[in-house]
This record gives sequence, C-alpha cells and structure tokens, in this order.
Amino acid sequence: MLNTITTYLKQPVKAAPLAVFRIIFGCLMLFSTLRFLSQNWVETYYINPTFHFKYFGFEFVKDFGIYTYLLYAITLSASLGIVLGYKYRLSTVLFFLSFTYCELIDKTYYLNHYYFVSIIGFLLIFLPAHRYFSIDAKREPKLAFTHIPRYNILVIQLMLFIVYFYAGLAKLNSDWLLRAMPLQIWLPSLYDLPLLGDLFQKQWMHYLMSWSGMLYDLSIPFLLFYKRTRVFAFVLVVVFHILTRVLFPIGIFPYVMILSTLIFFDSAFHEKIISVLRRFFRLKDQPKNVILEWMPNVKNRIITGLLVVFFTLQFLFPFRYLMYPDELFWTEEGYRFSWRVMLMEKGGYVQYKIVNPETKNWFYVDHSQFLTSYQEKQLRTQADFILQFATFLEGHFRTKGIKNPEVYVESYISLNGRLSQRFIDPNTDLTKIKDSWKHKDWILPFNDEIYGF
Amino acid sequence: MKSLKLIFSFIILCSVGVYSCSDDDSVNDNYADSFDRQVMLANWADNLIIPAYQDFNTKVAALKTASDAFAIAPNEANFSTLRQTWETAYTTWQNVSMFNIGPAQSTFLRSFLNIYPTNATNIDANINSGNYALQDINRKDEQGFPALDYLLFGLAETDAEILQFYTTNANANNYLTYVTDVVNRIDALTNEVVIDWEGDYRATFINNSGNTANSSTNVLVNEYMKYYEVFFRNGKIGTPAGVFSAGMQTPENVEAFYNKDLSKNLCLAALDALQNFFRGTIYNQTTTVESLESYLDFLNTMKEGDDLSLLINNQFNTSRDLISALNTNFYEQINTNNLPMLEAFEALQGNVVFLKSDMMSALNINIAFESNDGD
Repeated sequence: MLNTITTYLKQPVKAAPLAVFRIIFGCLMLFSTLRFLSQNWVETYYINPTFHFKYFGFEFVKDFGIYTYLLYAITLSASLGIVLGYKYRLSTVLFFLSFTYCELIDKTYYLNHYYFVSIIGFLLIFLPAHRYFSIDAKREPKLAFTHIPRYNILVIQLMLFIVYFYAGLAKLNSDWLLRAMPLQIWLPSLYDLPLLGDLFQKQWMHYLMSWSGMLYDLSIPFLLFYKRTRVFAFVLVVVFHILTRVLFPIGIFPYVMILSTLIFFDSAFHEKIISVLRRFFRLKDQPKNVILEWMPNVKNRIITGLLVVFFTLQFLFPFRYLMYPDELFWTEEGYRFSWRVMLMEKGGYVQYKIVNPETKNWFYVDHSQFLTSYQEKQLRTQADFILQFATFLEGHFRTKGIKNPEVYVESYISLNGRLSQRFIDPNTDLTKIKDSWKHKDWILPFNDEIYGF
Repeated sequence: MKSLKLIFSFIILCSVGVYSCSDDDSVNDNYADSFDRQVMLANWADNLIIPAYQDFNTKVAALKTASDAFAIAPNEANFSTLRQTWETAYTTWQNVSMFNIGPAQSTFLRSFLNIYPTNATNIDANINSGNYALQDINRKDEQGFPALDYLLFGLAETDAEILQFYTTNANANNYLTYVTDVVNRIDALTNEVVIDWEGDYRATFINNSGNTANSSTNVLVNEYMKYYEVFFRNGKIGTPAGVFSAGMQTPENVEAFYNKDLSKNLCLAALDALQNFFRGTIYNQTTTVESLESYLDFLNTMKEGDDLSLLINNQFNTSRDLISALNTNFYEQINTNNLPMLEAFEALQGNVVFLKSDMMSALNINIAFESNDGD
C-alpha cells in the first residue's frame, strides 16, 4: 500500500504544468506588487501610521520608513525572477521573505489571500519549477528536465484543495446556512448592479447564494481533480470568482484563484501554452526528454519531511479554535490563518478610558491621534488588537506623566445583524493583561449560539 | 489547441464583462420591492439639505444687512439687531454643519465658520494692524461665528463698554471693518455653497448613488457619524466637560463662550438637526421622507431583527431630555456641577454604539475611507 503511494508520488510526469504555474504566479505577483505601489499603499499602510499592530510572536518586525520601498523592490525583482525562472532558488527565497516580511509589519492588513501567496511562495522554494522552460534550464542544461516526480504538482493541488475545502467547511454554520448571514446584509446594498441588483433584494436569493457558495467550496477541489468533471468545474471556478469580484472589493485574488486552478489540467494543455509562448517569443524547440528521478538523498529526504510536517500543520492549524471556549466568530480566537472568508459582518465601537489611580481622574482617548481609520476599523472588532493598543496607550501615558495608568475599554460589537452586545469586560484593567495563546477571559461571553464549524 | 483558446477567451470575456459591470455606477429604474438609495438621496437634497442651506443663507443675509447698518450707524439699536441676527444665524447654522460634502467640503465651510475656541489674541492683533487675509486656512479660528461671539459679547464686561469699541475707541473703524469683513466672509462662503447645491451639485450628489466608498450615501453617512462624534458630542459637550483631558475641565471651550447663554440652545438645535436627518424629517416640517430610519426599517423587515431605528430614536430622546435639563449656560454648568454634563455625554455615547456599530453594519457602509482589498 505504502509502496503504491510512494511509487505514485515519485512517478515522473511532464514538468509543463509546474512551469506554467510558476510563470502565472510570477506574473500575478508582479502585477499585484505594481498595483500595490500604484495605489500608494506602501505609504498609507506602512510608512505613514505611527503605530503598527504586531502579530503575536513577531513583535520584532518593523517597517523601515521610506526604505520599506526596498522590500517592494525586492518582491518585484524576485517576482520577475520567478516568471523567467532566473536564479530561481534565490528568487523564490527572496520573494517569500520580502513578501512575508511586509505582511508581518502590521496585522491590520491581514488577508487570507496574502497568507495564500506567502504559502505558495514558500512551497515554490522546494519545487523544481525552474527545470523546464526557464532561463536557468537554458543556461545550465544539466539542470533542465522535462519530467519531474508527480508529487511536485500534487503539492500545489493539495494546497488549493485545503483552501477551498476549509473555506467550505467554515460555511457549515447556522448563521451562513440558516440565516443567510452575512450575505443578507451585503447583497441588498448592491442594489444598483445591472440584473443582479434586483434579485439581491429577495431573501430566497440570499439563501441560494449562501448554499451554493458552500456547495461550491466543498466540491470544487474534487470536481477539478477528476478529468471528466474538470472543464465543468473550471467554468464554475471562473463564474464564482468573477462574481465575487463584482460583489466585493477583493483585489486580484479572484484572478489568482482562477489561474491557479489551471494546474489541475493535464500536461498536454500546459504544453500547448508553452508552445504558444515559444512561438511568440521565438524560442527554440523543446529539448529531448530528460527525467528527473527522485533520489533518496539527504536533501530530498529533508524536503519530503518538511512537506509532511507542513501539510500536517495545514490540516490541523485551522482547527485550533476547538481548544478555545465560547463562539469563534465572537472571540476570533483561532480565526486567522484558517481559510475563513466572508463569514462575518461585524460592526463595532470601542472607546478607551484612561484612569490615573492616584488622582482617580479619568479621560477618554481620541484614537485618531494614533491610528489610521483602517487600523481603527480592525481595532473595533478584534480582542488582540484591543489589548495591543491598550498596552501602547499605557506606555504613551506613562511618558505623559501618569505613573501607573489603568486602561479600560467600552466596546460593543454587532455580529451578523445581531444587535450590538458588549464585547470586552469594562472593569478589566487591560494593563494587567499579557497576550498569550490562552483564552482571553476578559472577553464577555456571546449571548447567542451559532451552530456548526 | 482549441480548448486552450476556448478557456482563455472565456476568462477574458468574463473579466471584461466584470470590469464593465463593476465600474459601472449607472442607475436603474425604481424597484417596487427594494429600497432605492437614489430616492433617498433626492429626498436628502430636496427636502433636507437644500432647504436648510437656503434658510441658513437667508439668516446670513439678515446678519449681513444688520452688520452693514451697524457699520454705517454703530448705535445701540443696530448693535442689538446685529447680535440678534448673529444668534439666529448661528442657531440655523447647526442645521447644516453636518453636511460636509461637495461644496461645503471644498470651501472648508465648517472650518471657516465655526472653529472654537476662537483666537482672541490674534483677532486683537488683526484689528490693531488692519492687516489680515481671512481666506488663509491658518486663520480659521480668527473668523466665523465664534469670532463674532468674541467681538459682539466678549470685548468687555458690559454691553455699553463693548459698544464703545465701535464708537469712541481710537481703533473704532478697524473694529467695525473687522466685524464687517468676518460677516462678509460668512456670507460669501455660504452663498458659494448654496449656489452650488442649487446648481450642478444636486445632480452630482443624487446620481452618485452606488455603494462604493465614494458614493454619496457612504460619504454623507460617514460625515454624519464624524460630525456626531467629533463636532457634536466632543465639541459641544465632551471636550469642555474634560472627557478627553484627564478630568481637567475646560469650560472656556464651550460653544458661544462669550455669549454663554447660547451654548445649550446651539447644542439642542444640533441634536434636533441630527435626529431630523436620521428620521428624514422635511426641513421645518414634521413629515418624514425616505432616510436612514426608513432604510433601516426596510432592511429590518427583511431579516426580522430588533427594531434598531426605534432604539436610535429613543436614545436621541434620552439625550435630549438630559441636555434640556442642563443649565442654559454650559460654562456655568461645568463650573458648578460637571456631573450632568458627563451624563449627557454618556447618553450621546450610547447612540454612537447604535449608529456606528449597528446602523453602519446594517447598511453595509464601510467606515474606513481608504481604498483597500477585503477577503
């Protein structure tokens, strides 16, 4: 049994799908980085804010002021290196590090898409995507191979499987399926879309969209995997992601997903793409068949071990929420890095109160002095943000001459159309709290029940 | 080869289709069973905003007439009329202050008309030198209603002494000129805004009816919230009551500090204006038209939730009761007993939760202004 599996994984297959994936991913990253720069987001997201919200354990990651642009220059040239397959290892390592570093500067901007990009960037370091149709392969013929072990392609497919399937699992909850939330809030406001705007006012449409979204996410990886349903599945992929692009401001992510799923198509399809590219750029014809065999050497063993550990983590990490009490949507403990997308509409309100214990004087804080409106928006609904900002305020007002300031918050959240409920215990002095992996018992319990994943 | 072409042309076709759809802010006909934001925008423009501006413009014109008359004949009667028209115009201003969109935003109307506390030292210096350009944004706290407050009520202890600044004072002419200049500037700015609303801006406002960050509904509701929190709740009550300054009350920061007896009335006028906008009450009438209240009600019947608009109105009413019970003179109230001020602040705070957290979420209006991608 194990033997059959390893033989299957090691079986040489054509390298074209991975090469095409490399080119597409590189191009998208090139485009996405340029877009990020052209929107002036480096400045508004990273340089201008005086305060950054740090990921737990990554407090050391700092922005470099105006030199943050250097990181983007690295991402940009590394993306180009990936497209061309030029100094591939170096390019992928630099891409992964520079891109991930920027993401880690401030968790305000966390998006599952960026997490996905980081993961793919990481995986590409260990995959031989430059062995075929690349500058590296051309310059050093002994690197060039037309066939690679099958697992290299399965790795990308498996990652896409996780993204879709876990996003689908997360939709198996009573808010999504039985209350059609949050689509019931989001869709009616899109009343001015041609054709759809009218339908979005109907409640049955909200349910239809919720249920079909769930079914889509759960089934699409399987439909893509089986040859007979593949083309149909791909049509679904295009329609689904284009629809999300119309409905929500989600940047280039729909295009990333649409083009990534091409890796499920067979190698003949990808070789056609490559031959079109060859003709277009007047490149020489394909080399003779050379097969890259999987050798049980130290390097390959390490990579295999790494991938096993990596995917085990990927499968388990999204379920870490089970170890926390209370409702996941409410506390958001274990919410990030779990492929939970579009599940919640949260409105929130937070007001910090500083108390000077010596004089008993108190006052409210004007957040806009320290935070951008984007940061404030994230602050309103997430407990780890609230705690981090409290710690910052403690330090700030110490320097303003209050010896031991106490920090309290008045905080309310409205979740998926429920009336606002108090979120943080207003009597907890947040300066006494240290962030950790443990449950935040200063979050007040959610006074409703959401069933499911 | 065929499949490749087919698949790519399919992707491209869809993407092009999307781009042309999603960037299309075109407007459809009314739907019977949906809430039409464009109707709401038209109501806001025609029944609430433009009539309010026109009324304000009339009151400003009266102020200008009075100040012109006072400049020609600075006597007690004209002085009293000037003060009276100032008070009326200042009170009417509370109805339009929140509409910081379009021409009001581009002319910095609110900044030029109502930044307080006013800078008395600089005003004195301006009058003495006769050298000032009120168009300068850095001089926004040397003009507008708060400057007039100082010039008409704050120059001396008694009314007779104040009047002397405009009659027997060595610099009397400069004083008269400064008052006239400040009033003329209020008048010019107001005119500019009203003319724009009566002209092209109305259509621009109504036609920008989508749900993008820059659509009229989103921008105006965001401005409404900002006005409620910053200029109304903090400016009129929170800041002078010391809510943001470590318990250090700063009663000199009340609105109409020199007149003093006006602070509560201005606050109540602003509260009424805020609630009227929420309810969609036609200007100076009691009938309501489509506005945030009916929008929330519409969305609510769809999802059978709590009656949010009722909660918001109740909270407005609670706030009104608490503010009405305050001293007409907030300066005095803060100095004698600050607690009722803080209680009023808490009541206003209560509605921030409903408006900012519940309403914005129900209407799916993004609070962040910057463009950004979502999940």
